[in-house]
Amino acid sequence: MDARLEVLNLHLWRGDRHLLRGVHFALEPGDALQLLWPNGAGKTSLLRCIAGFLHAEEGTIRWRGVPVDADRDAFHWDMAYLGHETAMKADLTAMENLRFACALRHGPDDAALRIALQTVGLAQLDPQQPARSLSAGQRRRLALARLSLWGARLWLLDEPASNLDAAGQAVLATLLREHLAAGGMAILATHASLAVDAGRWQTWGSPAEKAA
Amino acid sequence: MNWVWFHRFGSPPYFYRFAGRWAPWFMGIAVVLLAVGLYGGLVVAPADYFQSDAFRIIYVHVPSAYLSLMTYTWMALAAAIGLIWRIKICHAIAAACAPAGASFTAVSLATGMIWGQPTWGTYWAWDPRIVSQLFVLFFFLGYIALRGAIEDRDRADRASAVLAIVGVINVPIVHFSVDWWRSLHQGPTLMRADGPSMPMSMAWPLLVMIGAYTFYFVAIMLMRARAEVLRRERGGAWLREELARAGAAA
Amino acid sequence: MSAARRSALQAASSVMQRDLLLAFRRPGEWLQPLAFFALVTTLFPLAMDPEAALLRQLAPAALWVTLLLTSLLALDFLYREDGRDGTLEQYAVSGQSFTALLLAKTVTHWLLTGLPLVLAGPLAAMSLGAPPSAMPGVFFALLLGSISLSLIGSIGAGLTLGLRRGGALLSLLVLPLVMPVLVFGARATALAIAGDEASGALYLLAAMGVLALTLAPLAAAAAVRISLE
Repeated sequence: MDARLEVLNLHLWRGDRHLLRGVHFALEPGDALQLLWPNGAGKTSLLRCIAGFLHAEEGTIRWRGVPVDADRDAFHWDMAYLGHETAMKADLTAMENLRFACALRHGPDDAALRIALQTVGLAQLDPQQPARSLSAGQRRRLALARLSLWGARLWLLDEPASNLDAAGQAVLATLLREHLAAGGMAILATHASLAVDAGRWQTWGSPAEKAA
Repeated sequence: MNWVWFHRFGSPPYFYRFAGRWAPWFMGIAVVLLAVGLYGGLVVAPADYFQSDAFRIIYVHVPSAYLSLMTYTWMALAAAIGLIWRIKICHAIAAACAPAGASFTAVSLATGMIWGQPTWGTYWAWDPRIVSQLFVLFFFLGYIALRGAIEDRDRADRASAVLAIVGVINVPIVHFSVDWWRSLHQGPTLMRADGPSMPMSMAWPLLVMIGAYTFYFVAIMLMRARAEVLRRERGGAWLREELARAGAAA
Repeated sequence: MSAARRSALQAASSVMQRDLLLAFRRPGEWLQPLAFFALVTTLFPLAMDPEAALLRQLAPAALWVTLLLTSLLALDFLYREDGRDGTLEQYAVSGQSFTALLLAKTVTHWLLTGLPLVLAGPLAAMSLGAPPSAMPGVFFALLLGSISLSLIGSIGAGLTLGLRRGGALLSLLVLPLVMPVLVFGARATALAIAGDEASGALYLLAAMGVLALTLAPLAAAAAVRISLE
């Protein structure tokens, strides 16, 4: 079944708050969805719900036509989640961090790791330098390198541009462009719009815009 | 199993009304049974050969101990159903069981100590039953502490549900290990007055008291769970209607 | 990227490698439990009349209570760092078995904090008057017991992940659950020190370890998932 994400009539409560009311959309290869919602409106919750951290009280999420609940691991294999924390260990070097990250999925290939570091603009780093000495922006670029190495079909990115300078944001835009052109999909939660001319880019201004 | 009933029960408005209707009945039956049992135990039953009237405390002690274990099992069952089938009312029920269960356990420990004084000459003895009950109390306190420590209510529900399930698997192991431990070391023999070797004239008030405690627990659990539902469903439209209707009827 | 998919075992072993590498880069954290164990063991003779026969009688209790407390101390940082920096989140959505990855973490944690205690334990026992002939029994009791402690403790660590003052709550949750391990472990140690046959108690300890190994990883994975919500 072709790669396709369907989110059908999703309702989510956090405590007493009815956060997501009937969120309903579908993504095809090449689609990108930018959630430009105000703080507290539920964009992180929606991402985490799709990723599988939160359970929606009502509604279904389907990947390749199959409900995600039926086989979570298969869905996760096709998915990459980038949250607020970059999951980079301060005591490991950049290469080591990427190597271990890749070891979870497809196995590390040092040559590919070096190319990825170059793509995100971290090729000039001292190889012995632990990630502790990297700035927050550099660590986020490292996380983007991991994203490109994993090669997952669906990207769920929560505030991907945080801590990134202009060059870093350009790197993000490039990665997104390549990903969407190759038939990937992305959902981004941002509070400032990323100007990316790639794929079929849609922006939601508020959760109610595309309710069922 | 009647799934329709199951699903209806899981709906807060239905449970709220059900609990409101039935709790007074359970409480009433509990009071009647309590009166009968206490009369039978304190007045009618003959005095024990060895312990004379001191043994009568078993009419409070044994039901408490029995209920403490039953409450824990019930709490774990409700928590498991809530966790697996994601029925939130079950978490409210489990939360309602914990304080009651802890109280039963504390009462059983206290009455055990009071009983120990005339029979063994000491308030505290490292008797297997007492130690087991002590650990059941710790299980309850841990459950209540975990619930209190987590701010997010859904996470608190689910985390304490996992704890309750893990704990219920542990209860028999704790029981067994304490029994085994005590049997190896010398010490006062266990009070055996609550076994089937008791004559019927002493046993029937005990059964009645256990029944009384059970009905009391169900009544309390329903009332607490109802209050929990009230707290959780504050914003619900159904609740406003329900209270308006109750106000109009008064 | 075009390489073959990694199996659960390969992923789990890479988690172990990573944790071991991190531990070697920061040895201080992992040596603390051992130091704590040694320190507390020496407190017992100081707190009482160090007459040989009395000490020997106290040895099993002292050893096991110290082991329990040290394990609790160590459990505090089983998931803490990885929970804080988002690594556990990534494990949860990696497509690999979350249970396996967490079990790999627990195993590595035990190798770094539990195994040293198991090796130091017999020495501590001897310092408290145990005869050298008791060492095999003491060693096996500690080995089996500390494995159970780590496994059962990982459930508590998962439940209290990210909570403030989680350490105190962790103790309250885990200690009642591991009491049976204490009872049988101390019993096995006492039998070994007295020169009697300890195999019965050791078998029971082993049985508890097997039960823990079967059920605890599932409960721990469920607990961590709930904490990641």
